[in-house]
Amino acid sequence: MEILFYIFSTLTLLCGALVVFNPFSRNPVTSAMFLVLTIICMSGLFVLLKAFFLAAVQILVYAGAVIVLFLFVIMLLNIKEEERQRFRKFGAFLGAAAVAGLAWILVTTMMNSRAGERSVANNAGETKPLGELLFTHYVLPFEIVSLLLLVAMVGCILLSKTPETEEETE
Amino acid sequence: MTSVGLEHYIVVSAVLFCLGLLGVVIRRNLIVMYMSLELMLNAATLALVAFSHFQPPTPNGSPFDGQIMVFFIITVAAAEVAVGLALIVALYRKRQTIDVADLTSMKL
Repeated sequence: MEILFYIFSTLTLLCGALVVFNPFSRNPVTSAMFLVLTIICMSGLFVLLKAFFLAAVQILVYAGAVIVLFLFVIMLLNIKEEERQRFRKFGAFLGAAAVAGLAWILVTTMMNSRAGERSVANNAGETKPLGELLFTHYVLPFEIVSLLLLVAMVGCILLSKTPETEEETE
Repeated sequence: MTSVGLEHYIVVSAVLFCLGLLGVVIRRNLIVMYMSLELMLNAATLALVAFSHFQPPTPNGSPFDGQIMVFFIITVAAAEVAVGLALIVALYRKRQTIDVADLTSMKL
């Protein structure tokens, strides 16, 4: 059980790092593929946390829909690899230093807070209790989210409409 | 090797969040920056699931509140990706580039 946590967390962080800076390729498709691997390893962590429903949803929605959307857009735009190596070393160094400081603050805070002292690990996220909660206590946010999805759909159609089709409808 | 507790998951989540932030800061390709944003959202998701799993029993409130929140985060993230990528496509049609170094003016 514990060795599985270390394997999955190492793989998650490794693939996440390869999404951001891949030493071998600057191609966005490679980043998207490593994002898929990150998400799959993270759903392994979800299974270790007994969130089975969310692990399935993570793979279905992220690896299945979101990444496919990313790949579609990359193919649609026909982006070449970043040929121009105007690599601004100073900016990258400053950004990395700032983020490293933030990471240090976060990790030391979490280590010192001893958050897990009184914790118990016995909550299993099956589909049934989640669904019951979703349709009783959280029914209003659920409906609002459905409205949000409708708005997103209309927004996408509006944004991706080309001027030619506009003239046709007018 | 101590037993894996809440802190371990939170530290993994924090490091993953910082990796995503680093991607947003240092990469110049809009699509890769967007993927890094997804990474940050996933880190928040992992933290919420860990809190939900290790939550002590409380009189009011279900132990699954965190997981319900993650469910909503995933839904909102899917909507956000759709709208954001539509914006990127519209921007590319106007400017023929998605390098943020070339996208410096707000006029079309």
